[in-house]
Amino acid sequence: MINSLFLINPSGEIFLEKHWKSVVSRSVCDYFLEAKEKALEPEDVPPVIHTPHHYLISIYRDKLFFLSVIQTEVPPLFVIEFLHRVAEMIQDYFGECSETVVKDHMVMVYELLEEMLDNGFPLATESNVLKEMIRPPTILRSVVNTLTGTSNVGDTLLTGQLSTIPWRRAGVRYTNNEAYFDVVEEIDAILDQSGTTVFAEIQGVVEACVKLSGMPDLTLSFMNPRLLDDVSFHPCVRYKLWESERVLSFIPPDGNFTLMTYHVNAQNLVAIPVYVKQSISFFECGSDGRLDVTVGPKQTMGKTVEGVMVTVHLPKTILSINLTATQGSYTYDNGTKLLVWDIGKLNPQKLPNLRGSLSLQAGAPKPEENPSLNIDLKIQQLAISGLKVNRLDMFGEKYKPFKGVKYITKAGKFQVRT
Amino acid sequence: SCVHNDEVISQQRGNVTMKLLREQATVCCYAFECSSFLTNPITYGYMDGFDSAVQCVTVLYWVCDPQMIARGKNASDLFPAVVKNVACKNIEVKKLVYVYLVRYAEEQQDLALLSISTFQRGLKDPNQLIRASALRVLSSIRVTIIVPIMMLAIKEAASDMSPYVRKTAAHAIPKLYSLDPEQKDCLIEVIEKLLADKTTLVAGSVVMAFEEVCPERIDLIHKNYRKLCNLLIDVEEWGQVVIINMLTRYARTQFLNPNMNVSTTEATAIVKRKPYVMDPDHRLLLRNTKPLLQSRNAAVVMAVAQLYFHLAPKAEVGVIAKALVRLMRSHSEVQYVVLQNVATMSIKRRGMFEPYLKSFYIRSTDPTQIKVLKLEVLTNLANETNISTILREFQTYIKSNDKDFVAATIQAIGRCATNIGEVRDTCLNGLVQLLSNRDELVVAESVVVIKKLLQMQPEQHSDIIKHMAKLTDNIQVPMARASILWLIGEYCEHVPKIAPDVLRKMAKTFTNEEDIVKLQIINLAAKLYLTNSKQTKLLTQYVLNLAKYDQNYDIRDRARFIRQLIVPTDKSGALSKYAKKLFLALKPAPVLESPFKDRDHFQLGSLSHLLNAKAGGYQVLPDWPEAAPDPSVRNVEVKESVQTYPLHPPASDTASGSESGSGSEESGSGSESEESNEESESASEEDEEEEGKKKKKNVEKIKARKPVPESESDSQPNTIASVQVFDTICKPAWLYMQFLLNPPLPVSVPQTIIPSGNLKTYELLHRITGEGLSVEYCFSRQPFSPDPHMVAVKIQFTNSATSEAKSLHVEDAKLQSGMRIKEFPEIEVLPAGETISVVMGIDFCDSTQAANFQLCTHTRKFFVSIQPPVGELMMPIFMTENEFKKEQGQLMGMNEITEKLTLEEKCQGEHAVVQRVTTAANLSRVPCGSDKECRFAGKTVTSGSLVLVSVVTKEDGAAQLTVNCEKMVIGTMLVKDIHQALTQ
Repeated sequence: MINSLFLINPSGEIFLEKHWKSVVSRSVCDYFLEAKEKALEPEDVPPVIHTPHHYLISIYRDKLFFLSVIQTEVPPLFVIEFLHRVAEMIQDYFGECSETVVKDHMVMVYELLEEMLDNGFPLATESNVLKEMIRPPTILRSVVNTLTGTSNVGDTLLTGQLSTIPWRRAGVRYTNNEAYFDVVEEIDAILDQSGTTVFAEIQGVVEACVKLSGMPDLTLSFMNPRLLDDVSFHPCVRYKLWESERVLSFIPPDGNFTLMTYHVNAQNLVAIPVYVKQSISFFECGSDGRLDVTVGPKQTMGKTVEGVMVTVHLPKTILSINLTATQGSYTYDNGTKLLVWDIGKLNPQKLPNLRGSLSLQAGAPKPEENPSLNIDLKIQQLAISGLKVNRLDMFGEKYKPFKGVKYITKAGKFQVRT
Repeated sequence: SCVHNDEVISQQRGNVTMKLLREQATVCCYAFECSSFLTNPITYGYMDGFDSAVQCVTVLYWVCDPQMIARGKNASDLFPAVVKNVACKNIEVKKLVYVYLVRYAEEQQDLALLSISTFQRGLKDPNQLIRASALRVLSSIRVTIIVPIMMLAIKEAASDMSPYVRKTAAHAIPKLYSLDPEQKDCLIEVIEKLLADKTTLVAGSVVMAFEEVCPERIDLIHKNYRKLCNLLIDVEEWGQVVIINMLTRYARTQFLNPNMNVSTTEATAIVKRKPYVMDPDHRLLLRNTKPLLQSRNAAVVMAVAQLYFHLAPKAEVGVIAKALVRLMRSHSEVQYVVLQNVATMSIKRRGMFEPYLKSFYIRSTDPTQIKVLKLEVLTNLANETNISTILREFQTYIKSNDKDFVAATIQAIGRCATNIGEVRDTCLNGLVQLLSNRDELVVAESVVVIKKLLQMQPEQHSDIIKHMAKLTDNIQVPMARASILWLIGEYCEHVPKIAPDVLRKMAKTFTNEEDIVKLQIINLAAKLYLTNSKQTKLLTQYVLNLAKYDQNYDIRDRARFIRQLIVPTDKSGALSKYAKKLFLALKPAPVLESPFKDRDHFQLGSLSHLLNAKAGGYQVLPDWPEAAPDPSVRNVEVKESVQTYPLHPPASDTASGSESGSGSEESGSGSESEESNEESESASEEDEEEEGKKKKKNVEKIKARKPVPESESDSQPNTIASVQVFDTICKPAWLYMQFLLNPPLPVSVPQTIIPSGNLKTYELLHRITGEGLSVEYCFSRQPFSPDPHMVAVKIQFTNSATSEAKSLHVEDAKLQSGMRIKEFPEIEVLPAGETISVVMGIDFCDSTQAANFQLCTHTRKFFVSIQPPVGELMMPIFMTENEFKKEQGQLMGMNEITEKLTLEEKCQGEHAVVQRVTTAANLSRVPCGSDKECRFAGKTVTSGSLVLVSVVTKEDGAAQLTVNCEKMVIGTMLVKDIHQALTQ
């Protein structure tokens, strides 16, 4: 299956390689680097590249390329999914996934990679099992290790892999038992010039942070589970119970995890929390243009819209811009032509506005298309679909846990065409 | 207790050895990288005896630093110095040594052999994790000379009691196969054996080995097919992918095409076919894979989607669309692969994605490759009803700054126009407008597409041709120029005045044109010469002369060939007569096809499908058979499953999800215990005194075998020898032995034993009340896998009516607070005269209150209730004698109930007591030094409170029964039940 893994930074330097079968020379990456040169953006590099003797499957994540080398037929998604798990594992262990972090913890990354695959086939990918074998670093531990000469490799019997519930380790103990759930909903939408919704849908995710002792068995139920059109679960969720009773019954992993993701069946009746009035125009004669954008609240269910941000990829022919914002501030990178207007909280009484002039390079033709606006926003304490958690019950343990549910609505891929 | 001490010692030793071997599993890493640091003389000094982990980690850091690697040289000459460290106590050093060993063993074979004994020792370790990691390292050393050792190790590990070791054995199979393919036959035997394994831990790995070693041996799957289907949901996600892909191929060889009635042409439909009935095994696969569409793992979702696409009846394929659309939210690489597959699927089954049309709308932030794929899908989905929406969407795309994407959009419009007649003119007009676009690439692409569209109905569009003729002055893109020239040549009769003029202009610029344009100029000249030689004769000759001296030989060739054809000379052959026919023949309009058409002959989701080329190791997806092969090959003999069943370690049973286990298996285990009881009874009748000795002998046997359980063939599960051994041992001893061979794990893995004694059946619904439907239930004493806090109740429906009963399901459960019910999946149809068993779970909350609910058929509802005997509210647990005593000591006073009783005549003797107690309550035997005392342990299903029972027999059938349980009510009731069982 997976033969080797190379981690490559944006400038094309290989800074980690790992082989699970016989060694594949790193020159194989040249095919990839060639494709990377050709691509305008890193995202445009084809995920699957065919070379004379190998197949290269890569992902681009956190500004790094994870490149795996394959020799025989294997479902590409199998490899892609695994590579993302590697990235998530690094993120989980070290707090972020970046070149510096990997280089700082090179040894531990190797140890983890070694445990994740055997002969190229996934062996232990559950974070709980891995953490039992290789403890994540903490400042205290690294000091202790230096003083005592011990290592991060756990020396207890690793039993997680033997368990029927590999996602939870045994003997978890907390003094404060708590279970928190975040219901995060994202609005994906495309609006056209006039503000009409071309396409809108709500995608949600229930993120959990469960710190409970022992082997708790939780049941989470919703007031209105009918809203959920399509769901996918963490393996801990008992699917059949969901099918029959529409409740989430599970023995949770320890710590942070994604319990479920869902899609809301709203048939385009999605409440759009903001409206955008915009006009971007370029004059036919002369090399000039105007930009005028106003953002205002629309269907906000009485909540405040926060963290509003407008991102615009201006045309390549723009030479410079001169804008004024009535609220918040804007930044503009002339290299990437990226305009970011950070508005912050939306005040219905005084709508934020950004206007000014754009100047084009001399002699450049009027841009064909007006750039589309990408909107970011956040609404606390609201799930835009109206989904509500009914109750959380715990079985199997005697103590009383602290329970909490938080709702957040965000903009997902929210785009306004102009 | 002597045995027990051994156990403790070996456990302790295990922990120590564990520290040494703990990270053996961590091998091959740093392999290549070792070289650099070993060539560094400073670090080389450390190798002989560095003992501090800090040093080790420092060295490791160098080792892993790619800057070092770049300078790396062959370090195999340091082999002896390094291998010496194999027995080093520091785990990280050890790991490093293993890594080095695995990397260089190939070059230093003799020296590598020195280390082998370390691993061989590990293979015999009593600790399963050590055995597993020793096998993992050993099988990774690529030295041919140790192939026999590896083979032996794999064979032994495949029979190991621990499923984890067996899993490691499955992983080792492909390693050995790649080292020495000649071992294939032996390895197939091991694979066959492991395929029969009933644990979820092993299933994924062994199917992986099967796919790498012998994917053609589909016959090995037959007997395991149903089991694999039933285990699937509990297998880890990576294993699921491999199993589902393999089962897709299997199903294609064994079942009939569910769509054959739909797809067959009229001619074959006339031939009388048997009406299609889906094989129940085919249905089983579809049913058991469907829940996995909800997996968080994109690869699993894709695997199920392709299974449904290739195997499901047309009407059912639709379910996968929603799941695939969900994956579109994922990372862009996942989107890329999913869209490729959706593109292929949407050609065959357009309908299923139509409701999700808008999910494929393109955002300006999508990477180009995603945009192009989405466009492909949108084009495939276009039909008469949605085309106007799609075209409106396309219009916005044309304005994009991403020119590759615009070009793809224009192509897509062209395809929509050819496929949907109604919009052809609209599209054409739209494209013609694009001809005045400022961007040359857009214009060029439009020209190419218009050319194709015009070929369909040239007569009506001479004005467009004229318009395009004018473009030759401005447009520079070669492909577009060539297309225009071809159009004018082909339809020169529609533009008789313009055509010669275009040729005139082209002749002027001929030498500066690109090759493809030159060829088309020659082409245009030839066609005009044939239709309008008066005006163009000289021009043509001029062009041909220019071409004659062109640098490109294709062009020279073409010129020579055409001259011969069209210009009549003395020498010109017979062909020139047909020149007009040759050049001006009516040409069929091009069909604008999706590049994804017919790609579904590759298994979807595969690498080969993505590349549209066969990748190495790809297994062709076979066509459906004409007639179904014998379905009985998948029948599993009851006897066989009975013999292997109790031999499996406890952990495996919970993992295998017995809820879905077939009814035959359960009834089988019942009959088996009956047999063994008979045997034990006959033994006790023979000679009661001798029995004690016999028992001891058994224990001795076990003891003798204990230290090296893996090395002796007769202790291996599944072998005939071991079955015989077990047959001769009476049940309690067997449980005892199972305990010995399988020391309890340090974590609380839920454990189960097979039910002892007969399962008592109760009536739920009488035949007469049920109008022909009779329902019985029994407590199967299997763990209920969806919820370990529920008691599994096996319900058996028998339809003795004359008509079939439909949609049997549970409704309206009226439960006491806290009680829960997990209904069985609805039974769609129960034909007359048939019997079916299902399993449901009930959480009785450790009380004997009845669970009331309605049992519904499609016509009637029956109120029924299930009341459990107290003995069914518990499940057995394993305990040692010491643990038992300790726990008992903590449950004194109120929690202890003692009762004196006189054993019934037939019930005197240890075996009878054991049998009666285990029949009355779901408990397991606890080993005990004295044969005057029998001990049993269990815990309540819901709260997990301990239930301890001991029966001390005295002379003349007098006995004392003690029950210790935290829950006093349960204790009291249990005493009553056991008392009754022992005295009547």
